Amino acid sequence: MKRRTFTKLTTGLSLAASLFGTSALAQDDMRIALVVKALGIGFFEAAAEGAEEAAKELGGVEIIYTGPTDTTAEGQIEVINSLIAQGVDAIAVSANDTDALVPTLQKAMQRGITVISWDSGVAEEGRQVHLNPSSNALIGNMIIKLAADHLPDGGDVAVLSATTTSTNQNIWIEEMNKVMDDYPGINVVSTVYGDDLADKSYREATGLMQSYPDLDAIIAPTSVGIVAAAQAVVDAGKVGEVNVTGLGLPSEMAGAIESGASQSFAIWNPIDLGYSATMIAHALASGEATAEPGAEISIGRVGTITLDETNSAAMADPFVYDASNIDQFKSIF
Amino acid sequence: MLKRFITSREALLIGAIVLLLGLISSRFPGFVTPANLANVFNDTSPLILLAVGQMIVILTKCIDLSVAANLALTGMVVSMVNVAAPGLPIAVILAIAVGLGTLLGMFNGLLVWKLAIPPIVVTLGTMTIFRGIIFVISDGKWVNSHEMSPTFKAFPRTEILGLPVLGWIAIIAVIVFTVVMTRTTLGRAFYAAGGNPHAATYAGINVGKTQFWAFTISGALAGLTGYLWVSRFAVSYVDIAGGFELDVVAACVIGGVSIMGGIGTVAGALLGALFLGIIKNALPVVDISPFWQLAISGGAIIIAVALNAQANREKGRIILKRAEQAT
Repeated sequence: MKRRTFTKLTTGLSLAASLFGTSALAQDDMRIALVVKALGIGFFEAAAEGAEEAAKELGGVEIIYTGPTDTTAEGQIEVINSLIAQGVDAIAVSANDTDALVPTLQKAMQRGITVISWDSGVAEEGRQVHLNPSSNALIGNMIIKLAADHLPDGGDVAVLSATTTSTNQNIWIEEMNKVMDDYPGINVVSTVYGDDLADKSYREATGLMQSYPDLDAIIAPTSVGIVAAAQAVVDAGKVGEVNVTGLGLPSEMAGAIESGASQSFAIWNPIDLGYSATMIAHALASGEATAEPGAEISIGRVGTITLDETNSAAMADPFVYDASNIDQFKSIF
Repeated sequence: MLKRFITSREALLIGAIVLLLGLISSRFPGFVTPANLANVFNDTSPLILLAVGQMIVILTKCIDLSVAANLALTGMVVSMVNVAAPGLPIAVILAIAVGLGTLLGMFNGLLVWKLAIPPIVVTLGTMTIFRGIIFVISDGKWVNSHEMSPTFKAFPRTEILGLPVLGWIAIIAVIVFTVVMTRTTLGRAFYAAGGNPHAATYAGINVGKTQFWAFTISGALAGLTGYLWVSRFAVSYVDIAGGFELDVVAACVIGGVSIMGGIGTVAGALLGALFLGIIKNALPVVDISPFWQLAISGGAIIIAVALNAQANREKGRIILKRAEQAT
């Protein structure tokens, strides 16, 4: 009997404490979790920087930068479950798998947490809004344009992608194939997969140069692949013959631009991306905006996005980096 | 009898490798040119170095799952040292790499020896710890090719007699460890400690200490490979060589190293690594759909392991020949 009273008392106390805790948090800080594919990737570190910038601008926002240590959906599910348990206000995720995260994220939304995806998307039912760094069509066009710009007389190009199941890369390659007619004389001879591992990407790039001795360019729309391919071109003594291009980070590609293995490459600004994702998450979580097709959401200094019929939006065009501006950007991200 | 068996085992692997090369050359003749084979050997060198170390560990009934993480941590440390002090001679860099790798290996060894924790648990733990430390010291950032000094990147690529230094290091390691395993007390102790730990103890061999030395050697080789890896790919980050420990164990198993301990040779580990290396290098050029590549890699491993298991079963441990024949 005595014991039961005591239990009741402690339950009551802890309930009161938790209620107090929640209300105190709601007043103090809106907590926005930025969940990335894996910790330790330069791109996402830069996005976290942008998120912090947005938090400072908005005021009263706390950014929780987190993610698994390797790029698996399982790892992200664990991370998201722990965020749900912590009762964050919003989750902005760059997904390792389009579908695998859906049930977990639905659970989060049922508990009143705002869920958006950015960079690498989640299926429509698993998020409220998806922010694309750029539109897929623009990126698909950009990666082939980067190769074609240095091949006025046409030539053979090959694609070195991440994994066979990477959502991003597959869509970009698909979009690239749609606009191939605009680039007469450019042939895509092969698509290979380096699994975002430096050694496998290096081997695949070497294999491409062996299989296609007349290869003019390797398009790698992945940051690990483009660096490895550039190194493979340098080691094969094919600088000037094979141009490595695609999507990469300025800090990681500075050496490849310097050696001439890469003439130019593109990437959106990850700082802007983290910034915009935070702005959108804040607007939705605070009720300033609603996630519905056609809605316009202001993303601060980056501008305004308009949601399409799937509640996704594009942030901006990818930006081209070459020898003229690499020194300026390589120290940023 | 035993000797003939071992030679036939390795002959089988050599036969498999020749067959594999024949198959590949029927689809891509350029693969079997001497220059390309040298490239393939060079590309496989990190795997060979780690497989030799892993073989010694497996001989003593242990397993070292932390080799790839050790490689990545040592690689990150030496590349950060190189960024901080670009003028440091390569000899010093090599000493740091081998020294740090050795220390990390000793840490594994001590836990296995003194605390008697199962090696798979110890090295699963240290694997995560090492990766975590890389994240902490690097702050999650990459060390990129333009930050590394030219000499740092040039060392493994310098060609001697048509083969880069990286390949020569693997050859030297194979020779040194063949001598160590067949001609030294320590080498024989590895076999004894794994083949029959009780008998080894009665013969005056400290089994725990022998395991400690096995982990130390594996660590030293992983450390050395760490430097070679980051300078070859000219990049260093948390995830380099992710999952590579499984390739290393696979190379050993394909090479006829018994997971139960006590059976295995340096030549076996070398051939196992070469077998895997050739498959890895051939798949990109033989024009097979990438969707099939993983299945083919995995299938090759299973076939090799099945052959091993078959061979191991045939061998058995015949104590009384007459009794064996009678039954």
